[in-house]
Amino acid sequence: MKKQPIIGMEIHVELSTNSKMFCSCPADHFAKTPNSQTCPVCLGLPGAMPVPNKKAIDDVITIGLALNCKVNQLSKFDRKHYFYPDLPKGYQISQYDQPFSENGYLVLDSGKKVGITRVHLEEDTAKLIHKKIDGKQVSLVDFNRSGVPLVEIVTEPDLETPEETKEFLKKIHHLIKTLGVSNADMEKGSMRLEANISIGDPDNLPDYKVEIKNVNSFRYITNAINYEIKRQTELLKQNETPVQETRGWDRIKGLTFSQRKKESEDDYRYFPEPDIPPIKLEKEQIEALRSKLPKLPQEIISGLIDLEIKPEFAKLIGKDKKLVDLLSELIKDKDVDPNKLASFFVNGRLDPNGSIGSIRDSYLEQTKTGITDSDLIGNLVTKIIKENEKAVTAYKQGNQNAIGPLIGQVIALSKGQADPVTVRQVLTKKLK
Amino acid sequence: MTSVKDIAKLAHLTLTEEELKLYSKQFEAILGYIDQLNKVDTKGVTPTFQTIDDTTNIFREDKVLPGLTQDQALSAAKKTHDGYFIADHVFDPKVTKKAVTHTPREKQDNLGAILTKVDPKGTVGHKDLFCTKGVETSAGSNVLSGYIPQYSATLVNQFEEIGLKTKYKLNQDAWGHGSSGENSDFFPTQNPWDKKRVAGGSSSGSGAAVAAGEVDISTGTDTCGSIRMPSAYCNLTGLKPTYGALSRYGVIAFASSLDCPGIMTTSAEKLKKTFKSVTKKDSLDATSQSSIRDNVETKTIKTIGIPKEFLSEGIDKEIKEITLKASKDLEKAGFKVKYVSLPHAELAIAAYYIIAPVEASSNLARYDGVRYGNDRTHFGPEAKRRIMLGTFASSAGYADKYYEQAAKVRTLIINDFKKAFESVDAILAPVSPTVPFLLGEKVDDPLKLYLMDIYTAPASLAGVPSLSLPCGFSQELPVGMQLIAPRWNDLKLLELAEKYQELTDWHKKKPNI
Repeated sequence: MKKQPIIGMEIHVELSTNSKMFCSCPADHFAKTPNSQTCPVCLGLPGAMPVPNKKAIDDVITIGLALNCKVNQLSKFDRKHYFYPDLPKGYQISQYDQPFSENGYLVLDSGKKVGITRVHLEEDTAKLIHKKIDGKQVSLVDFNRSGVPLVEIVTEPDLETPEETKEFLKKIHHLIKTLGVSNADMEKGSMRLEANISIGDPDNLPDYKVEIKNVNSFRYITNAINYEIKRQTELLKQNETPVQETRGWDRIKGLTFSQRKKESEDDYRYFPEPDIPPIKLEKEQIEALRSKLPKLPQEIISGLIDLEIKPEFAKLIGKDKKLVDLLSELIKDKDVDPNKLASFFVNGRLDPNGSIGSIRDSYLEQTKTGITDSDLIGNLVTKIIKENEKAVTAYKQGNQNAIGPLIGQVIALSKGQADPVTVRQVLTKKLK
Repeated sequence: MTSVKDIAKLAHLTLTEEELKLYSKQFEAILGYIDQLNKVDTKGVTPTFQTIDDTTNIFREDKVLPGLTQDQALSAAKKTHDGYFIADHVFDPKVTKKAVTHTPREKQDNLGAILTKVDPKGTVGHKDLFCTKGVETSAGSNVLSGYIPQYSATLVNQFEEIGLKTKYKLNQDAWGHGSSGENSDFFPTQNPWDKKRVAGGSSSGSGAAVAAGEVDISTGTDTCGSIRMPSAYCNLTGLKPTYGALSRYGVIAFASSLDCPGIMTTSAEKLKKTFKSVTKKDSLDATSQSSIRDNVETKTIKTIGIPKEFLSEGIDKEIKEITLKASKDLEKAGFKVKYVSLPHAELAIAAYYIIAPVEASSNLARYDGVRYGNDRTHFGPEAKRRIMLGTFASSAGYADKYYEQAAKVRTLIINDFKKAFESVDAILAPVSPTVPFLLGEKVDDPLKLYLMDIYTAPASLAGVPSLSLPCGFSQELPVGMQLIAPRWNDLKLLELAEKYQELTDWHKKKPNI
């Protein structure tokens, strides 16, 4: 029997819509005055009712399409019940058996397809701050985040190593940013990661899994998975089955620790949300969303390679929308070589934060060849002007083409050492 | 079976040992009754979770609108800190020795109909499930006792817009759970026709206040007869509209797929006038849907059917005679009357007592005492019973057997109505199998009380409109009948009732107070 790490991911992404999922409060909650962005709906007041945000539904379908999922023509929302102080209604409006999209995949650099089980839409919870007040441990609750649209992406347990997991997560992160549906900012919690890890035979899944929650950086999740693989392997060597539980990551000590034992599956008592009619999508609506998909990372990278940019540069450039935009603008100039430009960006020889003009100048400056000393070239130019009265007159009378042979003669005079761009500059100046 | 203690934990309820024992016993009886659902062949039947005419895709545009200020948001919380709500860090219910006690609430009138006096110049009384901004809204429960809502229900605003200001907030069975008014956590409502008897529930105050002349019109909600029962017991005309015809926004939810806010008053004519001006699509209630209603063809009622199953066993003899007499009067007035069959109607109570508690246990999950009201230990016995029952029926391993099966039986009941309405335009049926019973008569036997809803449950499950109106007296107590029509035929029902009320004067009789 095979024994290898079996890793699956659950990724939560907050959408950057204007308003929340089921009410008209602002969705942007980061660093706002506590409880200043609420209404009866997201505060779970008696009698309040949810009405879904159209944009959020379009966005989740867009993510599903970008992950090669099948979009369900009939979806619905369900209530997922559990009691926690950050959940105002005692249930979260989520999706159970009819999510917006299912059965997709994402391709890694190796060509391996990582299965996407489902991509569904739900609402975010409130934010808790655990604090001691008057000697008593309490939770302070801020409902600004309550009801913000939250997309959950669930993968198949297809990942086998921490490195592969990291690559997968970075690709998802990049994809979400390219789609423009979320800022996917891990530090602000707009993208959150949960890993399910076990060791065993992928064809015959073991009867336990360990969930690692609330690890919000690619590095920490990789470290946590690494640690977990070692810990579980050790236990299995001693013929012990690791406990099914939720573990956290202690980034200072560099280890995972038990948070909650899971004796059995939680009973969320899902049932269809009676306050929201089902969602029916016509094929044309799905195709319309598909046609609006921006170029996805994989396509961008192969486009760059088509420009004869080396694949290793293309992969790095392709991940940064800003660099891609700069590159496609700059290569309109025929003096700019795409691969050279890409290599300059990758090697930090160009500052992408400058203006497009200054980046172009800096590129040209760095690609000058041969003698660029303008005094030296000036002398050669003066000599050639004197020797070629006819061409000079023609140029001065408006024949722009006449400058070509003059440049050629200057370079010939320098025995091919003078930089053509500098020669052209000096010539133009002197002929004014 | 999962132990009652486990269910309490899943439902987040703190119960006493006595409660655990009592609920174990009562569940046995209730589930024994409900078990008849599992004898029905539902192979190939699609479950019904909503009665919204296949409506889909109700969305909002992604626009920000002003909400509550921080002060408003925090205003109803018992404890706050620096702009935050405070929740207990440990959040674990347990079995306790002692039940919570409450200081009795002062009665506002001699019938126990009124909970809050709002504006003496007002003309309408709202059931206390309707949120009224700045005015206590308790849902008849100690959990919300003292709660001052930060907003008003759409219907309350609509009533104000047509000049009907709120005079009273009215008593009710807590959360709408009951058919007698005795499940109010504060005090039962007495029937103005006989103070020893129940006023009908759950909109008990809405019935008694109009019958006693305290207000001319009141609102109620009907999840399974809660408007029709008090209308029948108090000699009023009351409409449970088509599901979705009146907005539920701001009306505290009992069972979302069944709840119908409605109106109670003294004649069909008055009821029609008010109903017409408030039946609108509400953008805040995704299940309100006038656009479909506008496109539906309504039929002039010519033929009336009597469901034969409703007059067979279990009905009081005199009530049966009175109901048949009413049908004869309509026949004399030119309507064709015939018998129809609703073969699955007898399963309605069993299906209802799964679907409604499942939704109720979910809708009552928000009451944790953090943002408003008191914590979950303050629920009364009936609310706890229904939360427990609903939690059980939707829990893993039981949801298919109970909830899903009940939803399939619901489909069968809907199909029964569809079939019946192929041959008749409306259905005439009794509202209650008995006259108003004595206060306290059925309090110890929940199942017996549940069975009082036997005639009102089918229309609730099918989402069809049903109008209760006076049709006679038995033992000097009012008797009501209900008229049921296909969805969106509310106005046709009211027109039929207007005709009946031109022929009879039962609705004009007033109690001696």
